[in-house]
Amino acid sequence: MSTSPAAPTPPAHAAAHPWLAQTVTIREIRPEVEGVATYGLEFQDEAVRAAYRFAPGQFNMLYLPGAGEIAISVSDDPENRSSCAHTIRVVGNVTRTLAAMQVGETLGLRGPFGTSWPLSECIGRDVVLVAGGIGLAPLRPAIYTLLRDRRQFGRINLLFGARSPDTLLYADQFDDWSQQGMIVHTTVDRSAPGWMGSVGAVTILLERLHSFDPRNTVLLCCGPEVMMKFTVMTALHRGLSPEQIWVSMERNMQCAVGLCGHCQLGPEFICKDGPVFRYDRLAPIMDVEGL
Amino acid sequence: MTATISNTQERFLSKPTFARIFEILQRRGYQVIGPTLDQEAIVYDRIDSIEDLPRGWTDEQEPGRYRLEKRDDDSLFGYVVGPHSWKRFLFPPTAKLAEANKTEAGWQFQTSDDDPPNYAFLGVRACELAAMRIQDRVFLAGPYVDANYQRRRTSALVIAVNCTQAASTCFCTSMGSGPACTSGFDLALTELPDGFVLEAATSEGEEILAELETAEASIEQLQSAQVARQRAVDQIERHLDTTDIRDLLLSNLEHPRWDDVAERCLSCTNCTMVCPTCFCSSVEEVSDLAHERVERVRHWDSCFNIDFSYVNGGNARDDIRSRYRQWLTHKLSSWHDQFGTSGCVGCGRCLTWCPVGIDLTEEVAAIRGDTS
Repeated sequence: MSTSPAAPTPPAHAAAHPWLAQTVTIREIRPEVEGVATYGLEFQDEAVRAAYRFAPGQFNMLYLPGAGEIAISVSDDPENRSSCAHTIRVVGNVTRTLAAMQVGETLGLRGPFGTSWPLSECIGRDVVLVAGGIGLAPLRPAIYTLLRDRRQFGRINLLFGARSPDTLLYADQFDDWSQQGMIVHTTVDRSAPGWMGSVGAVTILLERLHSFDPRNTVLLCCGPEVMMKFTVMTALHRGLSPEQIWVSMERNMQCAVGLCGHCQLGPEFICKDGPVFRYDRLAPIMDVEGL
Repeated sequence: MTATISNTQERFLSKPTFARIFEILQRRGYQVIGPTLDQEAIVYDRIDSIEDLPRGWTDEQEPGRYRLEKRDDDSLFGYVVGPHSWKRFLFPPTAKLAEANKTEAGWQFQTSDDDPPNYAFLGVRACELAAMRIQDRVFLAGPYVDANYQRRRTSALVIAVNCTQAASTCFCTSMGSGPACTSGFDLALTELPDGFVLEAATSEGEEILAELETAEASIEQLQSAQVARQRAVDQIERHLDTTDIRDLLLSNLEHPRWDDVAERCLSCTNCTMVCPTCFCSSVEEVSDLAHERVERVRHWDSCFNIDFSYVNGGNARDDIRSRYRQWLTHKLSSWHDQFGTSGCVGCGRCLTWCPVGIDLTEEVAAIRGDTS
C-alpha cells in the first residue's frame, strides 16, 4: 500500500508551462445551498476538451483575470466529457467576482493538479465517506466512480454533516445515490422546523455506524480541518488504522505546482503532495497548531 | 555553464590585465553582474569595468549590523557577501509570468517567455554556488519547471571568487558549503595582492582563460592562494551543529524557544529577502484601466507576511511564533524532505540583516539544549 497516490506526471507541455491557463466558458450555473453554486465549465479549445482528464480528488486553478486565482476541487463525474463541474462557496474576492458572472462568460483554468482518492484500494472493501459542508464537493467524483462500478466495492456509506438542514449540499441527489447502493446518513449542527434527522457533529454518525468492519474499511474524509481531526480520532477509536484513513487538506494554493511555497504544511506541499493524503503521513503534523 | 572539464591547470593573472575580463565577457555577449557600492553596501548590479568593483573596501558584519570600511590595500574582492544574492537575477524580485487578453471569444491566455540577457556573474562565493545548486533543485528538478529561472540559469556564466576572509556571521563550514569554491563555476579566482590565481572548470571557462594574458602559476603563487583561502577558514567562528537537525526541529515544534524568539522577531521579512535560497512568491494581477489586458506579475513573498498562509477567511499561521517556526523548520528541516538538502548555506545574511540580530545558530543551539 502506498502512502499516497502520487500526482500523475504532467504532460510535457504542462510541465514546462505551469502558468498557462486554458479558456473555459461557463455553460451552467446551478445554485446549490445558500452562498454555494456549481459551475459547469467547458473548454473552448476542442483538443484541450478532448484530452482533459482528472482523477477524483484533484483540483483545478480557476483564474479570473484581474481578480485572481483560486484552487477548486473538481466535483464532476470523471466520465463527463462535455463540461466540468466545480462547486464553489463565496468566501473571498475571487469567488465574489465569480458569483457575479453569467452563463456564457469565460475564465481561465489550469489543471488538474494534486493527488486523488485511492479508489483502487477500495476495491473489495467497505468504503466510508465522511464529509463536512462543502467538503462533499471533492468527494462527489469519488461517489460517481464508486457507484458506477458498484459491485466492485463492499458497503458504501456516506456520512454527511452540515450546519443546518437547508445547507445540505447535493440533497437532491441523495435519493439517486441511495438507489444506486450508497447509504446516505446526514446530521446537522442546528435543527430547523421539519427536520427529523440527527443533530450533532458528523462524528456521531461514525460512532453509530452499524455493520462496520474495521479490518476491511477505507475511510475518505473531507471537510473543515477541525472536523477531519475529530473524524480521524473517532475512526481510530472504532478500530481503523491510520493507513485506512484518507483526508483532503486545504491550504493557500497559488502556483499549484510546489514552486510558490504558500501551501506548505510541515514537509508537505498540499498542492502537489496532496491534497489527498493517507493519514499516517500527516499524523505527526496535523495536530500542531499554526503549522 | 558549459560542460565540465577535468585536469585543469591553475594560471596566474596580474592585476593590471584583470581589467580585460570585462571586455572579453562583453564580446562573448554577456552582461556582467558583480559587486559594486550602492547605498553604503556592497550589492550585485550591472558592472561594466573594473572601476565599478568595490576596490579597497571591506564589510564589517555582526548580527543586526553591516558597515563598510576602507581597507589598507587595493583588493577588489576583499569582503564577503552583502544584502543581495544572485537570486535576484536568476529569480527576479518581480517577473511577468503570463497575460490575459479579452477578445470577442472571451479571455485568452498566454505565458510570457521573456528573453533575458546572458548574465556573467562575477564574484560568486562558495556559499552562493551552494545556494544556486539548492535553487536548481527547487525550480528545475521537480515535475514542473520554472521556465523563467531556467532561461536565466542555463545561459549564465559563473565566475567564482574564493573568500580570503570571513565575517563574524559566516558559518559555511558548518553547512559544508565553503569557503572554498569546488564546483558549479566556469572560472574561479583567488585574489592575491598582485594578481589572481585562476582555475577553469568548464570548456567556456577555459576559453576565457585562454583569452586572458595569464602565466603558469608559480609554486609560491599557488601557496599564497592556499594561505589566503585558509585564512577564511580560520576566521570562521560561528558554528551550527547540524547533527540530526531535521528530526531535532521536527520533534521540538512546541519548544518554548519558539515563544522566546517570537518576542524578539519583528516578522519584517528581511531574512527571507536576503536569503539566497528562499523562493516563496505571489502573483499579482496588473490590469489595464479597461480591464481588457491583465498581466500576471510574480513577486517575492515571505512566510513572515501575515496573509501568506491565508486560507478560507483566516491565516493558518496567525502569530509570529508560528511564522518564525515555519521559516526555521523549513530552512533547516523540512527542506531535506522536499529537496534532499538543507535550505541553508551558512552565508550569515539572515543574521546581519535582521534588525534585531536574531541568530539562527543560537536559536537551534537553544532548542538543542546547548548553552548559548
